[in-house]
Amino acid sequence: MTLTIEPAIHEDIVPAPRHASAHAVAWQRVCRIDDLEPGWGEAVLLPERQVALFLVGAGELYAVDHRDPKTSAPVMARGIVGSKGARPTIASPLLKQVYDLATGECLSESGPSLATYATRVVGEFVEIAAAA
Amino acid sequence: MSDDRGDAVDEPATDARRVVVIGAGPAAHRLADAINSRDDAGTLHVTVLGDEPHQPYDRVSLSHRLLGEEDLTLVPTRPWDAARVRLLTGVRATRIDRAARRVHTDDGAEHPYDELVLATGSTAPVPEIRGSDHARVYRTLEDVDALVAECAQVVERSGRAPRVLVAGGGLLGLEAAGGLTGLGAEATVVHSGGWLMSAQLDEGAGQALSRLIAGHGIRLELGTRPQELLVENGSVHAVKLTNGKVVDADIVVFAIGVTPRDGLASAAGLDIGERGGVVVGADCRSSDPNVFAIGEVANVFGRCVGLVAPANAMAETVADRLLGGDAEFSSIDDATSLKLSGVDVASFGDALGATSGALEIVYADPARGLYQKIVVSQDAKTLLGGVFVGDAAPYSSLRPMLGRELGAEPAAYLSAGGEAPSGADLPDDALVCSCNIVTAGTVREAVRSGGGSGEGCHDLGSLKACTRAGTQCGSCVPLVKKLMEQELTAAGVAVSHALCEHFAMTRQELFDGVRVLGLASFDAIVERFGSGRGCDICKPAVASMLASQGGYILDDGRGSLQDTNDRALANMQKDGSYSVVPRIPGGEITPQKLAVIAAVAEKFGLYTKITGGQRIDMFGARLDQLPDIWRILVDAGFESGQAYGKALRNVKSCVGSTWCRFGVQDSVAMAIRLELRYRGLRAPHKLKIGVSGCARECAEARGKDVGVIATAEGWNLYVGGNGGLQPAHGQLLATDLDDESLIRYIDRYFIYYIRTADRLQRTARWIEDLDGGLDHVRSVVVDDALGLADELEATMHRHVDDYQDEWAATLADPERLRRFRSFVNAPDAPDTGLPRVIERGQPRPARPGEAPMPVSLGMPTAPPRETLSTEGSRS
Ligand SMILES: Cc1cc2nc3c(=O)[nH]c(=O)nc-3n(C[C@H](O)[C@H](O)[C@H](O)COP(=O)(O)OP(=O)(O)OC[C@H]3O[C@@H](n4cnc5c(N)ncnc54)[C@H](O)[C@@H]3O)c2cc1C
Ligand code: SF4
Ligand code: FES
Repeated sequence: MTLTIEPAIHEDIVPAPRHASAHAVAWQRVCRIDDLEPGWGEAVLLPERQVALFLVGAGELYAVDHRDPKTSAPVMARGIVGSKGARPTIASPLLKQVYDLATGECLSESGPSLATYATRVVGEFVEIAAAA
Repeated sequence: MSDDRGDAVDEPATDARRVVVIGAGPAAHRLADAINSRDDAGTLHVTVLGDEPHQPYDRVSLSHRLLGEEDLTLVPTRPWDAARVRLLTGVRATRIDRAARRVHTDDGAEHPYDELVLATGSTAPVPEIRGSDHARVYRTLEDVDALVAECAQVVERSGRAPRVLVAGGGLLGLEAAGGLTGLGAEATVVHSGGWLMSAQLDEGAGQALSRLIAGHGIRLELGTRPQELLVENGSVHAVKLTNGKVVDADIVVFAIGVTPRDGLASAAGLDIGERGGVVVGADCRSSDPNVFAIGEVANVFGRCVGLVAPANAMAETVADRLLGGDAEFSSIDDATSLKLSGVDVASFGDALGATSGALEIVYADPARGLYQKIVVSQDAKTLLGGVFVGDAAPYSSLRPMLGRELGAEPAAYLSAGGEAPSGADLPDDALVCSCNIVTAGTVREAVRSGGGSGEGCHDLGSLKACTRAGTQCGSCVPLVKKLMEQELTAAGVAVSHALCEHFAMTRQELFDGVRVLGLASFDAIVERFGSGRGCDICKPAVASMLASQGGYILDDGRGSLQDTNDRALANMQKDGSYSVVPRIPGGEITPQKLAVIAAVAEKFGLYTKITGGQRIDMFGARLDQLPDIWRILVDAGFESGQAYGKALRNVKSCVGSTWCRFGVQDSVAMAIRLELRYRGLRAPHKLKIGVSGCARECAEARGKDVGVIATAEGWNLYVGGNGGLQPAHGQLLATDLDDESLIRYIDRYFIYYIRTADRLQRTARWIEDLDGGLDHVRSVVVDDALGLADELEATMHRHVDDYQDEWAATLADPERLRRFRSFVNAPDAPDTGLPRVIERGQPRPARPGEAPMPVSLGMPTAPPRETLSTEGSRS
């Protein structure tokens, strides 16, 4: 799950998740927004898993599992970001399956999907809700 | 004995009529296929006897076999699987017993028939002159395979290019000479006529052709013929001609015509024509109503025809007759075209203008080796024939108009007349493909609704499969393609060349636009030409275009466009680790540098393997280790081998004249020079070069995009070779070049390819897809027909001047190094997903379920070799 950040808003915590989840989420601060280059994925090391984090265009953030669903290799952050129709996508750098960055659905074949995590920007920091 | 065996085996169980076909060539294949697909009631039982050990194969394409073990089996092979058809290969018919209606074969069997079809074809004759038992012919697969082997033997024995003398300057002789030249031989064609192809061409055309042929490095001896083959120690070394000249030759091939194989028929008392061949009528029946003859052995309208189109037409006629029809073989289509790359020659109809009152419209440009002639009726309206040399483009659209009124002024169809009138005005009943008797109407219909599920054939491949048009000599393919595109356009089907969903144009169109507008970022390009956010197809394609503008490939937002390997300047392996390939130009390396590679591999626990490209690949590096590894390599004088890019990879070379006792040029020095020139050059696909020091070709240069093979005078340049999924042999582009011309031609060739090829299209496919193929490449690269040469060279010079080693550039800039951190929030934590086991003394990725071993990776002080092996044996 991901939320879109309006770049104009300068509150401490911006805005609420589009689909608020019922149970509490543990937000983990991972880096500064300036550490990210648009379109260039970064891997994030969390205690329980590795996450691939993408800044797509102006202030739009997505976080998905870093593990490639097909090969189990930790590589998803190194894939190419793009779009299919209106949906933002990430292509596996190994065998090029294409996933919806927002929902994790595999769009290129009927394969396993990718776990997605909520993100938000707090001040100048990026936080991910990726607790087990 | 033979009688018992024969009957028992060969009597069909059913009461179907028994058809025996002698000969298993193209004519027999077409007959079997026609019967198999039309005889729904199963009234016929067909036995085909062939003395060659193969299924019927495409003799017309025989020359392809020179370039490798190509499968020429005629398709469809369906008839051979049908229950009612039996194909016996390696079996020769020895006698026809017409009274008993039986055919005897050399395996002692007998084959009873109700109807017999003779399809024995021809043999290639060799005149009875001294030494002629050492001569070769060019007729069967075995002939061609033997020629290839013999050429190789000559090279092996003498270390120079084989010298081949081809007797016969007609279609076959020129094809053989051209094919063997492409194989690296030096060919001489000896022809008794005053000009080449004297049976089809008038003198003007023949002379234009002579110039073209000579331009291909083939020597000509006209107006003479071989008198004696001079033999020493059991092999030919020269040929004496009737004009007294002696020509050196290791191999002599006779291609002086064909002799119908009518021996069985004449022994059986059938009527034989004055100059051979089984005499048949328009129904293809011989003097015995139960015996038919088809193909080259049939003498129809007083002559035998050595072409496949009439053979197919006769086969169709007989199939129809056998099934109770009354088809007739009506006329002989004599249209011919020379299948020799780089030499366009075609003629059809009354090419010599023999019809009374016929008018000839001629356009000749001797400087370009161009000669075109159209023959029309006295009133200048009806097309009677034509000859084209140098540029046969009008041939495929004109040939179907034979005997019809031309839609335009005759001269409009010649090259001088500008854009030739298209196929739009072709009537539906005009014959487009004469090899397979396919009309324009059939092609149009197939495009509309010919596909399997009534879908219509919308690409050339399915159209060919569905109609057979273009599957034999191939000369009609341009016209078939044009008809298809017209039909599709008329039906409102857009012919899609879109790169991907984000760009509705081809790579070439996009590249041209980017170049002309000087766009330098993906965002600007997408805004101008595309839509959306791009994808893993268009982003790397754009990255490669931007790379040709120079600069570091990961800067200025271009990092996010790069494909998997370019992104890390290394090759990603299945587990997400990387392999590292330093450049080793020409495969030459000092012991000191070898030691550096060994030390790096030990220090970082990398698996090492020698690649097919004469380099050393080190596998298993983590992303964050790449800078550390490269710092050591760069300090020792290595640079990136760009094994990760769609770019020039390596230049493979043999040791050449420096050491090798056969070498005639310094292939290593040339390979290094080429590698240093083209290193870093990004292209639609990876590029490889090979350089061999002599015709023995130890560097396998003809399997590369650019193949350079030394000759006594300089270098032969081959282009369009590749290995991989669809291997292709390089084709000869130019001969005996000096170093500077060689480099100029390669400069032009590479840049032209980079500008015009499709995404991920290797040079072989690119050449194949270009209108005009190799000839077009030659006209641009060698003859500079488009006037592009200076610009292409200038672009390459810019590349050479701008080159910088990507790894040195990375290490020099801390901002760039950030891209190699393992985690954005923990840049120093090692990537954890790389379990390893030891195999044959080296680490490799653990397979699922395999317990990983504690392999120490990247511990700078560990003494890796011992550590690895002891840990390996401990677990
Ligand atoms: C190099 C080359 C290039 C050519 N290029 C062209 C071209 O561009 N365009 C074109 O139209 N034509 C071309 N031709 C000619 C074309 O290949 C022939 O016209 C065609 O093969 C004729 O077919 P066929 O079946 O009549 O005879 P063949 O192909 O000769 O087949 C006859 C078969 O019968 C077998 N046979 C003979 N006697 C017996 C027996 N007693 N028992 C059993 N088997 C027997 C033979 O071994 C042979 O396999 C070319 C030919 C060659 C050699
Ligand atoms: S190593 Fe080179 S020079 Fe020597 S035989 Fe082979 S191709 Fe010729
Ligand atoms: S005319 Fe020969 S394949 Fe069509």
